[in-house]
Amino acid sequence: MATQSSTAHQDAPNPGRRDFLYVAAGAVGAVGVAGAVWPLINQLNPDASVLALASAEFDLSAVEEGQSLTVKWRGMPVFIRHRTATEIEEAKAVPLSDLKDPQTDAQRVKEGHEQWLIMIATCTHLGCIPVGESGEFGGWFCPCHGSQFDTAGRIRKGPAPTNLVLPPYEFISDTQVKIG
Amino acid sequence: MASHESSYTPGNPVEKWLDDRLPIIRFSKEHLMDYPTPKNLNYWWTFGGILAVMLVVQIVTGIVLAMHYAPNVALAFDSLEHIRRDVSGGRIIQAVHAVGASMFFAAVYLHIFRGLYFGSYKAPREILWILGVLIFVLMMATAFMGYVLPWGQMSYWAAQVITNIFAAIPIVGEPILLLLRGGFTVDNATLNRFFSLHYLLPFVIAAVVALHIWALHVPGNNNPIGVEVKSSRDTVPFHPYYTMKDLFAIIVFFIPFAWFVFFAPDILGHSDNYIQANSLVTPAHIVPEWYFLPFYAILRAIDFNILFIDSKLGGVIFFGGSILILFFLPWLDTSKVRSGTFRPIFKWFFWLFVVNFVMLAYLGASAADSSVLGLSVADFSKLCTAYYFLYFLVILPLLGRLETPRSLPESISEAVLKKSAGGSSAAAAH
Repeated sequence: MATQSSTAHQDAPNPGRRDFLYVAAGAVGAVGVAGAVWPLINQLNPDASVLALASAEFDLSAVEEGQSLTVKWRGMPVFIRHRTATEIEEAKAVPLSDLKDPQTDAQRVKEGHEQWLIMIATCTHLGCIPVGESGEFGGWFCPCHGSQFDTAGRIRKGPAPTNLVLPPYEFISDTQVKIG
Repeated sequence: MASHESSYTPGNPVEKWLDDRLPIIRFSKEHLMDYPTPKNLNYWWTFGGILAVMLVVQIVTGIVLAMHYAPNVALAFDSLEHIRRDVSGGRIIQAVHAVGASMFFAAVYLHIFRGLYFGSYKAPREILWILGVLIFVLMMATAFMGYVLPWGQMSYWAAQVITNIFAAIPIVGEPILLLLRGGFTVDNATLNRFFSLHYLLPFVIAAVVALHIWALHVPGNNNPIGVEVKSSRDTVPFHPYYTMKDLFAIIVFFIPFAWFVFFAPDILGHSDNYIQANSLVTPAHIVPEWYFLPFYAILRAIDFNILFIDSKLGGVIFFGGSILILFFLPWLDTSKVRSGTFRPIFKWFFWLFVVNFVMLAYLGASAADSSVLGLSVADFSKLCTAYYFLYFLVILPLLGRLETPRSLPESISEAVLKKSAGGSSAAAAH
């Protein structure tokens, strides 16, 4: 067998060159296929009309202390909670060592607007919408898998790995917020 | 078995002409009629035929439903009601498709448990088994995407939760999530692509089924005693013996199917799915369809961090692992004896596995904060998840070495004759 194959090899006009052509042709073909497949995959990504809804402004003047507003940003629900003084105190009193995803209350809100807690309203576990003002920590409770969040939207108990996500936002005035 | 002589001789010049060019009649005769089949197959072996029929039922009703369905978030929910109320016979066709999915899964679970008990995954049938698991995975993907199409509350939130599973993958999770959904949340783009893929995948399944049957026809069927066919005395031709047996089983299987379709088409679904999808409200208690419950319970069971792996990723790893582990089963079970009938200790673990699987389904349907038999759902789920994995990773590898199997019959025909002799003497004794 060994002698046979080595004879066959010697018979080929220039084996090294032939192998090179073979590999090179294969490589060019693979790159071509990858190039053709890429747009077919990429079309699955969010399209221009979805990306165009990147920012939105909301008026908060009608939201009284203790009330919440759910708005839609990028198709996702966003909680805007006007926190009461007790809720803020509660959130500030929690020692960081009690937290799974340690963040101070100050890191969860904008300075000078501590009463406003603005978070993406999907549970960081598997994306359900938590129910407000419920659960053991007076914050949010996710009905799907039982995650519990405190009055600063931080994960306290249950399977969610991180705190409720804060969207990028800024206050245009005391009652106007721009999300995105 | 595969190399048996073809008994086909073309009956007329047209057949002869065809046979020289495309021997399709020869192929059909060899594989659908004369195919030598062990003569001791019991009714557990009829689920292959039942599943083939169910795939055809789903494809045919699905194609018809697609003629009336509108894959758009503004229209989908109403188009389904339109099918059920206005389209001639639409009420029945839609019910056949929806109930059909459940019946399909019922049959596939029985088919899989048949394989687990009788050791159908063992050499030389590893590829046959792997293709079967692949079909099961494709079925789950197809069923999930089909369930999203009615665009009810359960549809929407199932899509939300299941696509979110991919976000747990480190680093690439978020980009994959965007790619899957085509947006920052489940929306029109998601519905559209799910419709497209839901239409495609059944044909992919059909192709893998063809490979599955090919891989079956090379080594031939396993059988209840797990002893390979040794001579033609052990077999009967597939037609008419098993075509008739399968046909009878299919008819019996269609009785509960018809009952559901005609008398309780919605009993297996959730009432929440008759509320149109609303991205701002999650139903109080979301549960997947019954056929996903055991795996859903495993996903939920991991609510603690494992070293550097957080609970979310952990749940996903166990969820994926519970299915992936089936691919490795042929090499995990070390027993030389195929059939569970001759494995006295294996039997106990096997039936415990079945009970455990049903229990996982029950736990998957229970609310996250309730309790079952005095144990919290969370703890009970952990226990059942542990047994699920122990069965494959510890019990099967060890049992093959530790257990002494009962002695095997010489051949299939000997076992059949002994059984019928035993049966008649028992009858005479009465």
